[in-house]
Amino acid sequence: MTPGLTIRGLEKSFHTIPVLKSLDLDVAPGEILGLVGENGAGKSTLMNILGGHLHADAGAIMLDGEPYRPDSARAALRCGLGLVHQELELFPNLSVAENLLIAGFPTFAGCIRRRQVEQTAARLLQQVGLECSPRTLLGHLSAGQQQLVEFARVLATDFRILLLDEPTTSLSRRETDTLYATIHALAQAGKGIILISHQINDVLTHCDRISILRDGRLVHQGPTQEIDVEMVIQKMTGRTVTQLFPQRDRSKGAHVGRVLLDVQSISQPRTLSSISFQIHSGEIVGLFGLVGAGRSELARVLLGLDRCKEGRVLLEGQPVTGSPRRRIQQGLGLVTESRRADGILAEMSVSENLSLVALPRFCRPVTGSIRQPELDRVVSITRQQLSLQSRLNDQQPMVTLSGGNQQKIVVGKWLINDPKVLILDEPSRGIDVGAKADLYQLVQRFADQGRGVLAISSDLEELIGICDRILVMSLGHLTGEFQADEFQRELIAKAAFAMQLSEPSHRSRK
Amino acid sequence: MTTKARLLLRCLNQGAWGLLLLVWAIFTILNPAFGTVDNLTNLLIQSSSTILLATGMTFVLLTGGVDLSIGAIMLVSAAVLGKLAVAGVSLPVILLLVLLTAVGFGVINGFLIAVLDVIPFVATLATLSIGRGLGLWLTNTHAIHLPGIYLTLGSQRIGGVPVPIIVALVCAVCAQLLISGTPFGRYLLATGFRRITAERVGIPTRRVLFTTYCLSGLFAGIGALVSLTQLGSVSPTFGLNREFTSIAAAVIGGTSLSGGRGTVIPGAILGALLIQSIENGLVIMNADPYLYPLAASAVILSAVLLDGLRTRMIAELQRRPIFHDHATE
Repeated sequence: MTPGLTIRGLEKSFHTIPVLKSLDLDVAPGEILGLVGENGAGKSTLMNILGGHLHADAGAIMLDGEPYRPDSARAALRCGLGLVHQELELFPNLSVAENLLIAGFPTFAGCIRRRQVEQTAARLLQQVGLECSPRTLLGHLSAGQQQLVEFARVLATDFRILLLDEPTTSLSRRETDTLYATIHALAQAGKGIILISHQINDVLTHCDRISILRDGRLVHQGPTQEIDVEMVIQKMTGRTVTQLFPQRDRSKGAHVGRVLLDVQSISQPRTLSSISFQIHSGEIVGLFGLVGAGRSELARVLLGLDRCKEGRVLLEGQPVTGSPRRRIQQGLGLVTESRRADGILAEMSVSENLSLVALPRFCRPVTGSIRQPELDRVVSITRQQLSLQSRLNDQQPMVTLSGGNQQKIVVGKWLINDPKVLILDEPSRGIDVGAKADLYQLVQRFADQGRGVLAISSDLEELIGICDRILVMSLGHLTGEFQADEFQRELIAKAAFAMQLSEPSHRSRK
Repeated sequence: MTTKARLLLRCLNQGAWGLLLLVWAIFTILNPAFGTVDNLTNLLIQSSSTILLATGMTFVLLTGGVDLSIGAIMLVSAAVLGKLAVAGVSLPVILLLVLLTAVGFGVINGFLIAVLDVIPFVATLATLSIGRGLGLWLTNTHAIHLPGIYLTLGSQRIGGVPVPIIVALVCAVCAQLLISGTPFGRYLLATGFRRITAERVGIPTRRVLFTTYCLSGLFAGIGALVSLTQLGSVSPTFGLNREFTSIAAAVIGGTSLSGGRGTVIPGAILGALLIQSIENGLVIMNADPYLYPLAASAVILSAVLLDGLRTRMIAELQRRPIFHDHATE
């Protein structure tokens, strides 16, 4: 009997497209295995098979020597396999404690033992370093706190193998460190751990071994000491991404044309404080800040999704007002932060998703019917510019695509409408290196046509790599502006903390 | 803005209390006979069946579904009771069979929805038709007069409190305990919030849904019994449109139509009282009977609008402030 998890010859296909090809994987008790791969490499599919949401077409999985083939999440848990999902599987209408113990409430005579639930919850919260009352309604927590709750929940179960899928996407650096400390403690206690992450540095730092997936196949397996980031990327993508960020002439004024977007002291109570900036034609402007600094809120106000109390927005000198629909017609566009929630229509096809924004332009007057041939032509032209996976079919539903391809299509649907200024909110979140490089190319080409781009990101490297200028927000205030020749990580990061530093009482007062 | 919004939301949440007092005050001013102890006791008795139905409906709404068949279930249960009572079967056996009939319909609903994945609206619309048809066939579309013992049963008092009120309150308390104190109740809220997520964390959502519709059937059966002990006869229109008043009662009491949020105590009880008060008041005022449905639908419409407003406000309030604005504090 081999202790731990053993996977042999695992295969799985969707729509006759193979996703996992004869995959072998081992995790021993007490070991942390890092699993990396591009989007679409098969990580999520493997995860879903292990979690009991899917069945493999062929192959065997053994858990501590026993055959393992769960039919549901519940069965997986019973067999001793714990899962932490990337997408939070929490209930904002229940309390934190209830969310933590939902998989198995302690009961007495059929009733939940409330005190015991709260005590257990408090212990779990402490374990992951989250300071909040177990009675708090989950919906009142921030995204990062909720992600910690998701992690804490699995600790309540009796698992032998733990699978973590991108557990740190919404976490601050400090929260991330606490999380990894907990993971190491679990490994010490003899649990086998599989960590799926795009944060290759974290994987190399915290894992014992690394397994690299490409196109459903294992292309590398070995100790993390023997490999570095460049090699990991090369093995993941099958090519050397020497140039993640496109070449760009950053000399002052190289891209600055006339003013396109003029934002004049926009304010929203408790959210945005007198924000003013301009975007010129041909310019890519970055907007950096910590999670919760108000950047997405600013984007929503610009597109008219939220109303603002004061200030105004001019696009080529014309005031931008009214509904999002009108603003889109005037030439604004927004790629939202959450792809799955409001970026795509998951069940609809690639071409339907691509045509969504520009649809009004392709309607005949009076009858309102769609000029389908013309629309199809434009859609197929745009589709070619997106460098999508070649095996991808236009009629395929979006939900079957990898995150990277989905994101390209989300950007593509805006490009078809040819906006004057495109706002991108966390455009590369959860997508792989190859797709990132393609996306940056796309954005740069768009800007080079005399358009403006506002790129919101929490990834400073990314902004430094693609932007001509970086704005920084902190707690709803604009706290910094850096030209390309002034890009210094420490200064930009400091600006992102500016309001916290000047107003230390902020957290405690809330 | 937030303090004001919070206040407004509290008003909306507690709105049923205010509305109830307002309605009582208006009717009492218009006709002092409304405010008498006798009439209010009478009102509580009349409300007891609505409370029971709204309780069952609250379970269903919490899962994000709806049960349109409860009125029809009431008719079939009543028809079974009528037939058996006329045939002279003993009372405990009758009560048992009636409740079994009602739960049986719940089982059918539960099977269609939880096992066959029919959407609740369609599934219960089908059982509504089946139930209505079956009920009319059983009664031959004639009224069945029940033996006097049923009316006597309905007018009994225990410790001075009329039996229907006791039945309704005991059931409501049990229901609320089930919702807030048991794993099933938490599963109900989780399933109603998002079923796929609930499934993924290992909640047996099919079993939860199945049980919910069985409970709804059971409460419809108890509601029918309580109703019959006051009417003394089974008419072919028995239970007609009661599903709508129950939905309205639950929603007025704060239960969300989109699932995951709501209570029996005080929610469903308040809602039921409010709806019954309006009907009772209109009767006392000698209003045109044709006005009743109009008044009832106005109440339902405002309940739905209220729910929408409340949902939007909760979403607004859950947005956390990014910084503190000293000027507006």
